[in-house]
Amino acid sequence: MNELNLTLKIWRQAGPDAPGSFDTIAAPGINDEMSFLEMLDVVNERLINEGKEAVVFDHDCREGICGTCSLMINGQAHGPQKGTATCQLHMRKFHDGQEIVIEPWRATAFPIVKDLMVDRSAFDRIVESGGYITAETGGASDANLTPIPKPVADAAMDAAACIGCGACVAACPNSAANLFTAAKVGHLNLLPQGQAERFSRVEAMVDTMEEFFGSCTNHGECQEACPKEISIDFIALMNKDYLKSKFKNRKTLSRG
Amino acid sequence: MATTTVARGKAAAGSTKAKRKAPFPVEFYRSALGKKYVMAITGIMLMGFVFAHMVGNLKMYLGAEDFNHYGEFLRELIVPILPRTVALWLLRLGLIGAFGLHIHSAYSLTRMNHAARTVKYQSKRDYIAANFASRTMRWTGVIFGLFLIWHLFDLSWTGTGATYVRGEAYQNVDHSLSRFPVAGLYIVANLALGIHLFHGAWSLFQSMGWNNPRFNAMRRNFAAGFAAIIVIGNVSFPIAVLAGIVGN
Ligand code: SF4
Ligand code: FES
Repeated sequence: MNELNLTLKIWRQAGPDAPGSFDTIAAPGINDEMSFLEMLDVVNERLINEGKEAVVFDHDCREGICGTCSLMINGQAHGPQKGTATCQLHMRKFHDGQEIVIEPWRATAFPIVKDLMVDRSAFDRIVESGGYITAETGGASDANLTPIPKPVADAAMDAAACIGCGACVAACPNSAANLFTAAKVGHLNLLPQGQAERFSRVEAMVDTMEEFFGSCTNHGECQEACPKEISIDFIALMNKDYLKSKFKNRKTLSRG
Repeated sequence: MATTTVARGKAAAGSTKAKRKAPFPVEFYRSALGKKYVMAITGIMLMGFVFAHMVGNLKMYLGAEDFNHYGEFLRELIVPILPRTVALWLLRLGLIGAFGLHIHSAYSLTRMNHAARTVKYQSKRDYIAANFASRTMRWTGVIFGLFLIWHLFDLSWTGTGATYVRGEAYQNVDHSLSRFPVAGLYIVANLALGIHLFHGAWSLFQSMGWNNPRFNAMRRNFAAGFAAIIVIGNVSFPIAVLAGIVGN
């Protein structure tokens, strides 16, 4: 174990509409085997003991599966390690004496709640608009009744790995949510169970996405930031299905 | 799914989808994804033009007669099926339309993107994948657009010096590019175009949904190669004029 003496520059903001600013907080004696969030816990404990207000940040599972943690660490979403969420980032990735700048996700659709916590409800709106399938009722059907080729199942699983953390939006210079939406669309559109709503799904989810987020210019920054390493290939698949949806859905649209 | 109990702003108001009435292409263009398709398709048209323009101009190396003859050929394109210069004008109209749509979609997408992050990051960003080309598309595009207006005045409309003679393409190129600042301008503008193409010619594949493991690895090479060919070809002209290889 090594001990790190760090200087943290943390964004503090009292509330959604309050002005915010960086607070410099010394963090001496940090065990390098801690996770990033454990480091923040230690810092918060010290702040509380000093009678100061703790830093508010999002976290839940702390094992990279829930998508609750966030944080822009030194200008990178989820910090400098590829393919992990902030909760899986260890302090050994940093060196003694380093200054670490911590900022919340920045996007108009992700308003700051307090300090480092943002509201990602816009993602829920996207999922609500099409992230479901029609399931048959009645007795449970046999397992493996629907044959799915292995490569298709694998690709769908890759997309389904998205934990909805919002790092793709945070990292994107345009605040686009195309990687998230493409993951959610692709996961269902690839599978036989998702075919019934395939084209209405992609249209509804993309249109909802565009109400909140920017547009994709193919920087590729999102797939580098994504803790689940979702590929921008899914964005191309979504674009392809979106064009088709406009053809296929146009009759129903003109009746709407 | 990550949620908080606080719901604010647009996210709280729920989806406010407008009723769709317009015909399919208009409806498609209204969406950002549709605009990206338009961006890609017009981009391909403009790439085709830029390539043909560069290849045609190589005739410069064959001398005045060949080069001016090539200009005449363009005016005579598919004559006698169409009257003289009609085909050329149809091509020009297509190009103007492509330019207009390319610029309009770029403009409205840029506005959308700015609105999507009204408060910027207050600390320095550390980009991993976004490169110089992808982050300067707006600037390289605007620089080249402004150059294009100059270029049209310079060699098509009025000329920018006393020696311009309409229709004498070879002599006009020679006279214009013999001026150092003008040659420099052509070189800078074409470098901007090259940077624009380096990202654009890759990006269009993604926008069009052309993604296949069989050719994905080729997409970046295609863009880099295309940009390089255009830049080398176009930059060679002012250099050749200055070096006296082209000219009287
Ligand atoms: S695509 Fe990746 S970065 Fe975006 S929300 Fe899903 S897991 Fe997070
Ligand atoms: S806290 Fe659950 S993914 Fe990080």
